[in-house]
Amino acid sequence: MSVLLPGSLAEALGSLAADPDLVPMAGGTDLLVHWPQRTELHERSYLDLSGVEELRPHRWEADELVLGGLTTYWDIIEDRRAWNELPLLIDAARQVGSVQIQTRGSWAGNIVNASPAADGVPVLMAYDAVVVLDSTRGRSEVPLSGFYSGYKEMRRSPDELVTEIRVPRRAYDVQIFEKVGSRRAQAITKVGVAVTRSDAGWRVVANSVAPFVCRCPALERILEEGAAVGGPDDLLPGIREDVSPIDDIRSTAEYRENVLARLLYYDLLDLCPSFG
Amino acid sequence: MLRREGLSKLTGQERYVDDLPLEDFLWGATVRSPAPRGRISNIVFGDGVDWSEFVIVDHTDIPGRNAVYLMEYDQPALAPGYVRHVHEPVLLLAHPSREVARRALREVQVIVDVDPPALDFRSLPSPDLIQYGEDNVLKRLSIQKGDVERALAESPIVVEGVYETGAQEHVYLETQGMLAYLDDDVLVIKGSMQCPYYVVKALKPALNRSEEEIRVIQTPTGGGFGGKEEFPSMVALHAGLLALKSRVPVKLIYDRTEDMVATTKRHPSQIRHRTGVDENGHLIAQEIEVVMDGGAYVTLTPVVLSRAIIHAAGLYHCDNVRILGRAMFTNSVPYGAFRGFGNPQAHFAVERHMDVIADRLRMDPVELRRINMIRDGQTTATGQVIGDGVDRLQIVDRALALSNYERRRREHWLRNSEHRYLRRGIGMSAFYHGAGFTGSGEVMLDSRLHVEGHPDGKVQVLCASTEMGQGQITIFIQLAADRLGYDPAEISIAEPDTHRVPDSGPTVGSRTAMVVGRLVERACDDLCRQAGAARGAPVKDAIIAWHSAHPGERLLGKARYEPPPGIEWDEENYLGDAYGAFGWAAHVAEVEVDLRTYGVRVLDFVSVQDVGTVLNETLARGQVQGGVAQGISWALLEECVWKDGAMQNGQLTNYIIPTSGDLPPIRVEFVEFPYEHGAQGAKGVGELPLVGAAPAVLNAVAAATGRQPTEIPLTPERLMALLGNGDR
Repeated sequence: MSVLLPGSLAEALGSLAADPDLVPMAGGTDLLVHWPQRTELHERSYLDLSGVEELRPHRWEADELVLGGLTTYWDIIEDRRAWNELPLLIDAARQVGSVQIQTRGSWAGNIVNASPAADGVPVLMAYDAVVVLDSTRGRSEVPLSGFYSGYKEMRRSPDELVTEIRVPRRAYDVQIFEKVGSRRAQAITKVGVAVTRSDAGWRVVANSVAPFVCRCPALERILEEGAAVGGPDDLLPGIREDVSPIDDIRSTAEYRENVLARLLYYDLLDLCPSFG
Repeated sequence: MLRREGLSKLTGQERYVDDLPLEDFLWGATVRSPAPRGRISNIVFGDGVDWSEFVIVDHTDIPGRNAVYLMEYDQPALAPGYVRHVHEPVLLLAHPSREVARRALREVQVIVDVDPPALDFRSLPSPDLIQYGEDNVLKRLSIQKGDVERALAESPIVVEGVYETGAQEHVYLETQGMLAYLDDDVLVIKGSMQCPYYVVKALKPALNRSEEEIRVIQTPTGGGFGGKEEFPSMVALHAGLLALKSRVPVKLIYDRTEDMVATTKRHPSQIRHRTGVDENGHLIAQEIEVVMDGGAYVTLTPVVLSRAIIHAAGLYHCDNVRILGRAMFTNSVPYGAFRGFGNPQAHFAVERHMDVIADRLRMDPVELRRINMIRDGQTTATGQVIGDGVDRLQIVDRALALSNYERRRREHWLRNSEHRYLRRGIGMSAFYHGAGFTGSGEVMLDSRLHVEGHPDGKVQVLCASTEMGQGQITIFIQLAADRLGYDPAEISIAEPDTHRVPDSGPTVGSRTAMVVGRLVERACDDLCRQAGAARGAPVKDAIIAWHSAHPGERLLGKARYEPPPGIEWDEENYLGDAYGAFGWAAHVAEVEVDLRTYGVRVLDFVSVQDVGTVLNETLARGQVQGGVAQGISWALLEECVWKDGAMQNGQLTNYIIPTSGDLPPIRVEFVEFPYEHGAQGAKGVGELPLVGAAPAVLNAVAAATGRQPTEIPLTPERLMALLGNGDR
């Protein structure tokens, strides 16, 4: 095993261009969980980004919040403005793993780890976040909602690093985030959903119910059209159009569909006077 | 009194077996069966590692009998050509590098010609699945009282129910681990364990060694819960075999996944009740069938089944009782000792069933319990006359009062009709647990204990009882200090070392404070006698004086178990006094069910316990809270996911134990009814609190939802199936 410790972004991108097999590492919270078991990982080479200080800070622009490539959950939890303006980021961050994980794990790492159960991704996607990728070849920007194309497949070339995540600042009148895990902390999501409504319209994003975190266009259409919904089961056809949950070691497809329907139905009933 | 070893544990100074300094040693690793049943046709060694660097042990290296002996000789230490469960040990490897040893495990392929495995303990096996006796029944036991057939036939109402519980993993913080080395001709075993003399007992026949040639030392142990009762004998034997072959020290430490998938667990059960009652709720007949999954080898299953059937009728009086128990052989990892030892399964069924009966009779479940609860002078299912003077109704009433039971019930009723998706409920359980070994078990253990007075006047307790987090060291120091009139600082507990301490029996079965603690007191008395301490005079002075008169000699106060008078047990017919003393308790749980997620959250928990005299309230409270937490977790969260006899979720990310956020405040109160033959009046405390937790939680769920759950763990997925899709 070898570990490269770049001191600047330019150096990091240079290393990655020279050896695209390098595994970039930010907080290491996904990588290290299976470290003792997965000895094949021990033979790979790593690009430890912890010394690339310029990737760490996040900043508020006039019309967007820009997260750095190393910005952690904890950085946002500590930012009072985020509590007021983009509270779902806080809701999600506080439910990731444990405080220890929250202080190490990064938003960008959560995106590129590409787990269908990622907790940071649904809220970013519901806020229309844009992923900024840099390489020695230049910069590209991809809306998070179009970033994934399959299980662990994404629009990132091996020589690219996620250096920023741009989150538009908008006024929202509905904001919901629900994470259902098998316990109240240190839990991997069995089914989750983030919902927002702004001038840009409804966003419904679900996790752990498809090969990747995704928007749910059929459900968004139901909400846009203000169609009558008499009970949670009325949402099931839309859910089945949008997502494809499976039975696995953590839960069942039936449970995931049912719970997604019930969370959406009851939460919208509680929060949105026009719903029902 | 503060916990003696508390600070070193709290500050991380305590050294567990994996922390012990050691040089020039090998890391052991265990090659295991990939299949649940079949003949080993080949073992293929891959070329990813240099095998000449390894010490390899198979069953032909075992000098004595190839068995991990405790009750039977049926479980091989290493599979001799045929395997009976997934993860059964086949080979042992040792290498100076832990990493290389781990890699080597992936380079060995055990090829098994698979025979059809018996995996369902509920049904009787087809002929091709039979591997034990005529019908795969490991053990059959029964209890008869009165005439159940007639009484059921004459009962105006008969209520039936089938209750199921799943396997439970111990999840002690410290995984299984042992260290073995030769000290001249003596094989020294050090490690994490509850019962040093069980390890000696297992090693003697397998290694063909005498007790003098085996020295077993318990290292500070990070939790046991029964998982370190019999299983460490296997790990010790493996480490010992590697050390004997390599002639260098060997360390064998399981990682979490190996520990979870390959070691014993709580026996899964299916328990059937048929109960005859009259319109007023009086029990007329109880017919109970207890079926347990024993797994692939006997281990302690017969005694687990025994404890289950003895407690299966609950703490109620009924004239006509028949309890049939059977434990089935299956090709799964052997099930073994786990806190409660069969009684949690028994009480889950009977205490859930009481609420089902109450529901059928449209009766208050508390009232149903009240009118049937055993009173002094009445008898249990085995005919044991209860006469301990314990006010069992007071225990129940106190639990109801502390939990505001009646008020909560009314509040829930109102709230549930108004809230869109949250449903609250409150439920209770009343239960009991026999402390110490069953029947004549304590007599057969013949426990011994010494208390030594040293020339400087300090005193040391020599016993094989072990500290595993429950507080044994502190309690024994406290008992000896009280008895001798000593400052606790001048009393210590000897390291449990089978070459230094007598066999005071295993640290199991809620027996330590009550039974062995009594030996501490009696050995202290003997010490005073031998030192010639005059009544009322300082014992310390007498000890110092004795030593000046007897230079170079040891001053040992000794005690040997003596059964309390009047205890009679008929092992043949399961009749009589099953236990010298019972602990009695009641739990009340309040829950909230979320109909969006089908999740159950326990909001509040009250536990009122009679464990005799409470020796140390902080430790006792800790035992109760821990037991309740483990019981709630068994009821709602912990599920072993099986595939072809192998546990699929051997990680803490998917085998779910609770975080602090998943547990309610656990409010504990003791009512003390001292037991005259226990130390200072103590009865057992370790297991009792776990016993009634699951039924209390599920009874609360039943109250909240109006449905009757019968199976645990009651995961959200199971609750969804129970509630159906219609919202209530």
